[in-house]
Amino acid sequence: MKKLINDPSTVTQEAVEGFVAAHEDIVVQLDGLVVARKGGAVQGKVGLVSGGGSGHEPLHAGFVGVGMLDAAVPGAMFTSPTPDPILVATKAADGGAGVLHIVKNYTGDVLNFETAAELADAEDIEVATVVVNDDVAVEDSLYTAGRRGVAGTVLVEKIAGVAAERGDDLQAVLAVAQKVNAQVRSMGVALTACTVPHAGKPSFDLAEDEIEIGIGIHGEPGRRRIPLASADEITDLLLDPVVEDLGLSGGENVLLLVNGMGGTPASELSIVYRHARKQLEARGVTVARSLVGNYVTSLEMQGASVTVLVLDDELTALYDAPVRTAALRWEL
Amino acid sequence: MSAATLDVAWARRFVTLATETVVEHRVELSELDREIGDGDHGENLARGFTAVAAAVDGSSAETVGGVLKLVATTLMSTVGGAAGPLYGTAFLRAAKVSDAPEIDAEGVHTLLDAGLEGIVARGKANVGDKTMVDAWTPAVAAAQSSAASGASPAEVLRAAADAAQQGAVDTDPLVALKGRASYLGERSVGHRDPGAASSALLLDAAARAAQA
Repeated sequence: MKKLINDPSTVTQEAVEGFVAAHEDIVVQLDGLVVARKGGAVQGKVGLVSGGGSGHEPLHAGFVGVGMLDAAVPGAMFTSPTPDPILVATKAADGGAGVLHIVKNYTGDVLNFETAAELADAEDIEVATVVVNDDVAVEDSLYTAGRRGVAGTVLVEKIAGVAAERGDDLQAVLAVAQKVNAQVRSMGVALTACTVPHAGKPSFDLAEDEIEIGIGIHGEPGRRRIPLASADEITDLLLDPVVEDLGLSGGENVLLLVNGMGGTPASELSIVYRHARKQLEARGVTVARSLVGNYVTSLEMQGASVTVLVLDDELTALYDAPVRTAALRWEL
Repeated sequence: MSAATLDVAWARRFVTLATETVVEHRVELSELDREIGDGDHGENLARGFTAVAAAVDGSSAETVGGVLKLVATTLMSTVGGAAGPLYGTAFLRAAKVSDAPEIDAEGVHTLLDAGLEGIVARGKANVGDKTMVDAWTPAVAAAQSSAASGASPAEVLRAAADAAQQGAVDTDPLVALKGRASYLGERSVGHRDPGAASSALLLDAAARAAQA
């Protein structure tokens, strides 16, 4: 294992400290490594809190700021945070209008956020929860823990964040978040495994000429293993199930997000984007908005995911609205 | 000869032995988790129980339930992942039914049953889903019949621990239906569930603590 770290046991803490110092104009650090908006909760605004295991940076701390999250809770590497810091973040985000928890559908995240919501309720903070499950690789049935929350989470945070910013109440912000979740689908691929610092060896074994289709964002194995193929062929394997699951028949406006898993060059992400866009257009789908880059990563894993969000006027307007976070920022 | 009841000294010995066994098996548990999960189960439990040992050492808890409650809250605030809330809830429910200076053989069964109910309530797993429930369910059944036959608390715990170990072994051929291993479907066959394995270790620590 070759990593630019000091000590496996202090990676998360030192990374958060460095992140907060680098973005001191936007965020502050609270107890339990919680990263919150500088200036505290906005009175009368619904607060947005997300969190999860570390190792997916810039998710979630990179999305704290105006137009997105009020607070983020980084857990240990690839491990959900415990209820205590989630409660710290919930309190920090509460401006009196309630707090929305944005939770990726992983068993640990769901259980810890559930417990934190109970603790918040005991302190008279109203909490609503949206569980993001945009990953089409996992069959959603009684026989699995359900679809995982992956790159689509960023779009839920962005769009719900603006809904909160414009003054929607908690139920309305929740409804927007649920709408995004209902209309977004993703699928990912790993070319290599990643190495969790304290584990010291790759999370799974993948031969030189093998790729894993349908990975989640924790380095956990996915749907199946196949021999390495061309970028266009792999892009088809990711895009086709997404298009099929959304039932795209032509005429839709969509947002196309090509997300890097951490170790993929920007040029390769562009190659994936190029083909995905062509394929969507060939089906009569208009790619109205695009996002290409490393947003939800798996440490140094080589790989990518393709996400499609079906847009309407409301979602497009909310997506276009200004955002000012460490990892995503634009003006009107 | 074994005592007719267990007291707070047993609960404290349990914490010591549980911490030792979790730290000792840290790599093994993480390796099981690496095969069908994300490879951090041993690390997370070792971090949690190390904190538990320190918390219990520094506390003046005088009942079994008092110690178990401290175990619960410490695990919930230090472990994270799925194991934190699952074990946390198990110990919390167990603490609620054991808030007494001494517990007898039937009390041990009641305590284990409450723990299992907590795990099921939180994780919503069924028997055969390849989770810690598959270790706890036979353990509770063994504890029940052992207590009904007039065994001592130490014997009840030994029966439960042995059944849990067999239950963990029996998860090997199962297809995971809950938790992160469920994403693997058929590919989870042939691997032992890490949560069932750690549950067996913890129940074994509880049994050894009763023999001391």
